[in-house]
Formats: sequence, C-alpha cells, structure tokens
Amino acid sequence: MTLPELALRFLRSVSFAGARVFSIVLLAALWEALARSGVVTHFQLPALSEVIERIWSDGVSGDLWINTGLTLYRAMVGFAIAAAGGIVLGMAMSRLALARWFFDPIISVGFPMPKIAFLPVVILWLGVFDISKITMIVFDAIFPVVAATVIAIQGVERELIWSARNMGANERELLWQIVLPAALPQIMTGLQVALPISLIVAVVTEMLMGGYGLGGAMITASRFANSTGVFAGIVEIAIVGYALVKAMALIRRRLLIWHQEANAPTTV
Amino acid sequence: MKWLWRYSPLLLLAAAWQLVSYFDLVSSTALPPLSDVIRAWIDMIKDGEILSNGAASLIRLGAGLGLSIAIGAVLGIGMAWWKPVNILLAPIVEIFYPLPKSALIPVTVIWLGFGDSSKILLIFLGCMLPVTLGAFNGARASEQVLVWSARSMGAGRLRMLWDVVVPSALPELLNGIRTAIALSFILLVSSELIVARSGFGYLIGFLGANGTYDAMYAVVFTVAFLGFAADRIYLLLVQRMLSWRQ
Repeated sequence: MTLPELALRFLRSVSFAGARVFSIVLLAALWEALARSGVVTHFQLPALSEVIERIWSDGVSGDLWINTGLTLYRAMVGFAIAAAGGIVLGMAMSRLALARWFFDPIISVGFPMPKIAFLPVVILWLGVFDISKITMIVFDAIFPVVAATVIAIQGVERELIWSARNMGANERELLWQIVLPAALPQIMTGLQVALPISLIVAVVTEMLMGGYGLGGAMITASRFANSTGVFAGIVEIAIVGYALVKAMALIRRRLLIWHQEANAPTTV
Repeated sequence: MKWLWRYSPLLLLAAAWQLVSYFDLVSSTALPPLSDVIRAWIDMIKDGEILSNGAASLIRLGAGLGLSIAIGAVLGIGMAWWKPVNILLAPIVEIFYPLPKSALIPVTVIWLGFGDSSKILLIFLGCMLPVTLGAFNGARASEQVLVWSARSMGAGRLRMLWDVVVPSALPELLNGIRTAIALSFILLVSSELIVARSGFGYLIGFLGANGTYDAMYAVVFTVAFLGFAADRIYLLLVQRMLSWRQ
C-alpha cells in the first residue's frame, strides 16, 4: 500500500468519526440559527443556548436532580417489578399447563392493547401518587417480558435438555444451569423492549398526574407557557433515555459475553 | 369450540368482575358492574357520542401513522442505499430513537396548538423512527447475491432499488410498522388525555371527571379493543403480503 493510499484511508476514517458528530452539531446550529432568525417566535422555539442555560440553572438549584431522580426511581422500580414478575410468570407459563391456560389469552390480548387508556381507572383505584404511577409502569412493561420469556424457553434446544437430564441433572439444576442461560438472549431482548416503555409511561403518568418528575416539570412549564422549560425538559428526558438504553445494551453485552451474538453489531 | 376454550379465562374474568360487583365486594364507583358498563356502551353508541369522538381519534391516528410509514420507509431505505444519507441521519436517529416519545406532547402543543394537527404531528414524529429503523435494517440485509445478479442482468440502479432492495426489506419494514401501530395508539390516547376537545382520550377524561364511571370503563375498553383489533388485522394483512416468501 502506497503512502497516498494510506493517507486517504486515514482521512476517510477520521471523516467517518467526524461525520457522526457533524450532523449533531449541524442540528444544534440549525436550531440556534432558526431560533435567532426571527422566522419562528421565541415561544415556538427558544434558542438552544437559552435552553442549555435553563438546564444549567435547574442543575444549580437542584430541581433537575430531584426531578430526574424521581422519574428514574419510578421508571426503574416499575421496570424491576415488571422484569422479575414477567420472568417468573413466563417461566410458570412454560412449565405449568394451568398457568399457560389461564394467562396465555390474557397476554396475547393484553399485549397489543394501549394500556395507557386504563390510567384513569388506576387513578380511580390508587390515587395520583407513586403507587399508581409505578402500577401503570408495571402493567405496561410486563407484557413484552412475559412474551419474550415464554418464547425463549420454548426455543431452548431439546438436545440440551435431554443431554443434561441424561447426565443426571435434577429439575432445579436443569432450570438454573441449562434453561435460563440458554433462554437469556431472548429474555434480554424482552427487557430491552420493556425499558423504554417504562420510561415512556413514567413520563406520561407524571404529565397526567402532575407533581415532581421530569414529565411533571414539563407539563407545569407548558401550563405557564414557558416554552424554554418545555424544551429543557425534552433535552433532559432525551439524555436520560439515551443513557438508559445504552446502559442496557452494555449490560446485555456483559451478560451474553459467552454468546456468539456478543460479536454481532447491535442495531440500537 | 377450540377458540372458546382458548379464550375461556377471559370469560372467567368477566364473570368474576360481574359477581364481585353484584355482591358488593368492592364499591361500585371503583368497579361498576360489567352489565352497567355494557349498557352505558350501548347508550353511547345510540347517541353517537362514542362514534363522533372515535372518528376524530381514528382520523388523527390514520393521518399520523400514514405519514410516518411513508416518510419513515423512504428515509430508512435511503439510509441503507445512499451512504451520505446514512452518515447524515444515523447519528440523529440514534439520539432520537431512545427518546420517550411522550415527552414530545407539550412540544407539539406549543407548535400547533390543541387541535388535530398537534396530535397528527406527535403520532408522525413518534412512530417514524421504528419504521425507519425497520426499513434500514431490512434493506441493509438485502442479499448481496441478489443485488449482484440483478446488476449483471442489466438492471438500472433505481430498478434494482424497487425490484430487489424494497421487497427484501419488506419483512423487517412490516415489523417496524407493527411497533409503530402499537405506539400510535399509546401516543393518541395519552395526548388526548392531556389536551384535547374531542377523541377517545378526551371522552375518558371527561366522563371520569363527571363521575360516570360505567361510561368511562366502556370507552377505556373500546380503545383497548381497537388497539388489539388493529394489531390482529395488521398481522393478517402481513401474512397475505408475505405469502410469496415461503
């Protein structure tokens, strides 16, 4: 390989990395320019610099951390309950005929339903505090986990189970050492679907019930026609969502390091 | 008969609901008897309340979803087919994909007010990315062998796009659209619950505030059923469309 070719290749790889940042910087610059140009009013689109200033001042006053903490707390508690409950229910459904008979139609009918429509019912039963927000999150996030667990356990190769039985594994060993590890990739996929749902529902319930939290802060800002506050909220929620999804992908790679898919490129 | 057996647990739950409220085990405001809910539903069908609000909701849903499918599919296939488009859009898709879409509700209200257009924009923005990502992944994975053989048979670049890349992107694209349909119902109902003057979400909020809980339950179950039915009908259509793949 000649020197010019090497130089070209180097330039190309640099410009590739640059391009990733480039379009984000471009988007930010467009935002700032559009806001300052006067084509749109300040109410419709406050300048990015103002939004960042607002986030900064929220951070200094501590509101940002309280709101982020509360939203994360609700989303993560709901997610954890949905994950644990969903995996247990999925396992029960794949082992016990009675559980399968009872829950299978409920899951298959309930999964595609817009569960958020039940929010007023949950408020009616449980009030407007954390308990009803978390209940709503669990109600929404548990379906993909159950469905993924059932499919995952069904998909475990018969040969694996037979040979484990043949080598004298008892039922408990079979479950913990064979079935669950083999089902883990698909269960993780279900969890990766459930996590963004938890955050979506956390934000919606906060918007509808008010109070603290990132969604609540956004809807309060919108009631006072404070559009800087609304845009600050969207940037904050975007950052939280991005961090959570990336963290989940990282955990997946860690947990499934033994699996061939750890080397495969991820889509999100 | 098999069908009845399969869904019998749902009938069991419905019977349990009716019995629990019949014997006053829970307060009838928190859980009105199923028979009252059905009666309220029939009344609302008769006076047209559910139909007019339902039509308002479904128009928003259809417009937003249609836009997101059309533009999302074009963007996704464009990203897979032209490198510059990919370089420009991939980082933006990556940032916005994990954004909890419900956070867009106040923003669309700021831009377009409380009417139909803000809900359509919300559904469009919220549902576009799953479609884009599905189209992108599908088109990217279209088999190189097919592309080569089409090229060697003298297919032009656009011809190839239409005849080879689009069909092989279809399964993943259709999967992305299924996610988008589920998402569109969630966004529709939550935005209507927060700000609207018509639609299912508005009706639920209005009836709840009035304390006519049997009617509220009727609307809640109507929306839930529509979401479920949309998914099942879509799956049937997909099976039709993909029958050539065997």
